[in-house]
Amino acid sequence: MENHFYVLHDFMVYTKGAAYYLMGLMLLGILGFWLYITGRDEDKDIQ
Amino acid sequence: MSTDNPAVKKSLYTPFNIMVGLIFLVGAVITALRFTKGLGAVTNLSDNNPWGIWISFDLLCGVALAAGGYTTSAACYVFGLKRYHSAVRPAILTAFLGYSLVGFALLYDVGRPWRLPYPFIVQSGPSSVLFEVGLCVMLYLNVLFIEWSPAALEWLGVKWQGLKKVRTVIVKMTLGLTIFGVILSTMHQSSLGALYLIAPSKLHPLWYSSYLPVYFFVSSIAAGLSMVIFEGTLSHHYLHDKMDATYLSEHDGVTMGFAKGAALVLAGYFLIKVVGITMDNNWHYLATKWGAWFLVELLGFVALPCFLYAMAVREKNLLMARVASVITVLGIVLNRFNVSLVAFNWQLAPADRYFPSWMEIAISLYIVTLGVSIFWFISSRMPIFYEHPQFKEHETAEFHEHKLKKHPQSFGH
Repeated sequence: MENHFYVLHDFMVYTKGAAYYLMGLMLLGILGFWLYITGRDEDKDIQ
Repeated sequence: MSTDNPAVKKSLYTPFNIMVGLIFLVGAVITALRFTKGLGAVTNLSDNNPWGIWISFDLLCGVALAAGGYTTSAACYVFGLKRYHSAVRPAILTAFLGYSLVGFALLYDVGRPWRLPYPFIVQSGPSSVLFEVGLCVMLYLNVLFIEWSPAALEWLGVKWQGLKKVRTVIVKMTLGLTIFGVILSTMHQSSLGALYLIAPSKLHPLWYSSYLPVYFFVSSIAAGLSMVIFEGTLSHHYLHDKMDATYLSEHDGVTMGFAKGAALVLAGYFLIKVVGITMDNNWHYLATKWGAWFLVELLGFVALPCFLYAMAVREKNLLMARVASVITVLGIVLNRFNVSLVAFNWQLAPADRYFPSWMEIAISLYIVTLGVSIFWFISSRMPIFYEHPQFKEHETAEFHEHKLKKHPQSFGH
């Protein structure tokens, strides 16, 4: 749902706040992705 | 040399050659029309849409897909990943041809092409993003030519001994050229995205972002890595007899290494696209038809190949990496089309929207065919997929040490 902002400050506080939460999730996601992608290094030969 | 051999005559009239000949013929006719009758005779360009498919495909896609040159040479010479050395020459050749054809396509697209050098000799306009793009592309084209020239000099040096000394000087410049090439690529790949920052009211909010230069640069790295895998797969199939043992033995490692790099870059690209939506608070647009199209691009052509690359690396599955490379290349093409054509002027009435004429599409096809033909001509004659036997001793001591560890049999041990 679209939010209504009457001043730029409100908009910045809202979007930056959301971005900070997102960054935290992304850091965890990237860590998981890295572990997934390197999890089997040197385990198997190329098919 | 006699050409009466019937086998030689027969080989010239293959279905592939006939198709290429037809494309060249149609291209020549449209070229004559373009330069005698003007842009209006062959294009659907208008004041609303002065940049059409020749900019979207030939320039934006051409530059992005030629990024394999700087990514591969940076991986090998700057980051010291010598196990990718055999992929450098094919990547440099692809990039050199890609950028050459970008310049060639601009001759068609620019209304008065003889004025292309004006920014450098008449009026520079250094505050213009387009000037920076033009300067970087011009300089990088020269860098790529010099980086590619050792292959041509080795080919010619068999007859003319003096060229060997020129080649030796150029090989010593490799690291400097690579660093200069990376700097120029960083600048103009991002600046191509920055060109669209001037049109926030014309580009749909889901594609418009102040991060557009970052998007273009990061996606160009994924495009370059994917193009090396894609082009390597095609070359492996069609130019297998031109490859030496070193190239063949390193090929699978190059594919897996670049697949891992592409997976990580695509993951980063996906995340910064999501950050862009968050920072502009554009989530509500995702529920519209434009949002559905945006999600097709983001999920189908960024997240999906990222996941496929990751699976391919984890499972050591070469086929999956190759499939992911094709999807990524298509995704980059789709993204550049979306930014410069589909989502551009999105608020105009359908009658005012741009769709390329068949002649514009034919010229783009002609330019791609020209590039593929030149690639085949060069790589089937010059040492692109193999090391020239007379020049192996010119490689650096570090490279020899690496090869000695990896391929002791090639040094007679």
